[in-house]
Amino acid sequence: MTETEEQELKAIAHRVRRHVVRMATDGGCFIGASLSCVDLLTYLYKRWLNVSGDKLQDPDRDYLLLSKGHDVPALYGLFVELGFLEQERLKNHLKTSDHIYWHPNRSIPGVEFHSGSLGHLLGVGLGIALDIKIRTGNGRVVVVLGDGETNEGTIWEAALVAAAKKLDNLIAIVDRNGFQANMATEELIRLEPLTDKFAAFGWETVRLDGHDFHELEQGLAGIPRTSGRPTAIVADTVRGQGLPSISARADRWFCNFSHQEIDQLLEELEGSRRAVIESDIIVAR
Amino acid sequence: MSLLPSYKTYEDGLYALAQADERFVVMTAENRSAIRNLPGKLGDRFIDVGIAEQTMIGAAAGLAVRGRVPVVHALATFLTLRAFEFIRTDVGIAHLPVKLVGTFTGFVSEANGPTHQAIEDIALMRGIPGVNVWCPADEDDLLMGLETVMLDPKPCYVRYNNCKAAFVHAEPFAIGRAETVMEGTDTTILGYGLLFGECLKAANALKDAGYSVGLVNMRMLKPADTETILVAARRSKLLVTVEDHFQTGGLYTIVAETLVEHGVMAKVLPIALKERWFKPALMADLLEYEGFTGTAIAARITDQLNTTAS
Repeated sequence: MTETEEQELKAIAHRVRRHVVRMATDGGCFIGASLSCVDLLTYLYKRWLNVSGDKLQDPDRDYLLLSKGHDVPALYGLFVELGFLEQERLKNHLKTSDHIYWHPNRSIPGVEFHSGSLGHLLGVGLGIALDIKIRTGNGRVVVVLGDGETNEGTIWEAALVAAAKKLDNLIAIVDRNGFQANMATEELIRLEPLTDKFAAFGWETVRLDGHDFHELEQGLAGIPRTSGRPTAIVADTVRGQGLPSISARADRWFCNFSHQEIDQLLEELEGSRRAVIESDIIVAR
Repeated sequence: MSLLPSYKTYEDGLYALAQADERFVVMTAENRSAIRNLPGKLGDRFIDVGIAEQTMIGAAAGLAVRGRVPVVHALATFLTLRAFEFIRTDVGIAHLPVKLVGTFTGFVSEANGPTHQAIEDIALMRGIPGVNVWCPADEDDLLMGLETVMLDPKPCYVRYNNCKAAFVHAEPFAIGRAETVMEGTDTTILGYGLLFGECLKAANALKDAGYSVGLVNMRMLKPADTETILVAARRSKLLVTVEDHFQTGGLYTIVAETLVEHGVMAKVLPIALKERWFKPALMADLLEYEGFTGTAIAARITDQLNTTAS
């Protein structure tokens, strides 16, 4: 990746973050979990996935399934930058006039499957990957999981089955931002060593910095590294990445900020002074 | 004299019960919205299993066979749908005193989308032999019934609702009894849960328009108050069921079953979600969009009364 290419990715991710922040008012959104996966999603869509605006229905495309559906503002913000979605529609967030709400809806171009209930899309992705194999296609399926989401038993059922079915076209990426709804993951149900768990289930594993485009480039290169094995990537990220005033905090998951706070957060994204947050926190799970 | 207990919130009520009775354990599948302050207070009798609803129910059954009364909390969709077979098999078949508290029920899930819309929860929970179903109208109604429900030996699904009360409940709580708020001969509105407040607005609007209107806060949908349903059916020309639930399996079904079983004929207008999920949006917008405001409910009842009359 050249310096220019990296700068281009950073610029796109920055614009996506601005879209996300703007959705965190008038009802709010899951801003913390959205900001942690912006870089990851930006890299995947811009540099890795074989999918584009004119290929959204192509059966040979790569699939990305957002299993941690509450980070959908990041996906929609990116879809605007990719030209899948008109920017104006983001203003319809939470309104009855559109389908843009707290979890993904398949009627939005580019959304492969709806989600919101955790622990569903590794199974769905497994089915898509299986059909690609049956049809001897080249498509790959990426499923983005939350780290808290791996509490759900279905993740581990799917992990067993994917390895047994030798689905080397299936890639699970854990957005390892270290928090679930109410607290740090390790304070509630310990997940580490997470890569070892996937390895024990028969997966190839990679651990990388989910905000570093060079590490993402390296980690995603040459998959599958072993034929017949699915790949799990644990991407270390920061909840609320890009906004020091709300990042890496247990009480900044779902937020509904005032318009004034949004203005300050947008300034903070530009690297100026930190926002002063006075709104009460809302945790909706 | 107020019928309200001394504690002011659900959480304080639960804590008071747990302090008085060692059998109570409070559990959650990382849904702490209703019990945010209990972890520190209850120590090892507060158990958060993480996002693992099925395992929570299994563990609750295990605690219950050891003599505990687990009060479990999760978003109602994940509790009643994902863990359904565990509730049916581990709690239902064994008939254990597990209290199943589902949060963000019906319209309360607002803009979360269909994955979070618990609008078949009553149908599912009432289908399990021996499991009761309680749908308090507001926070006061919830507090009035809390102790009775928690100390009752049966498993019970609680359609958690802590919206502020817009009405002073004068009827003491009893298992299987509804609260008759008004009596009328033109129509009786049967409602429960969050929408009770909108039913009250609709009833007052109809009364102002000159109709003789009845209003019932159902409180429990299992055992449902058969007598109150039959009295209303005999007294009024039109029964109306109002619910943020699928039309199948909820109050409309319960009323229909009750009338058939007792050979009573009555016209019943269901105001419910028929074979569809609701539009994800914030509460005020979605009530308006879906036609569940007091005004919209009153308009539908007026139309029906006019049609019936002509």
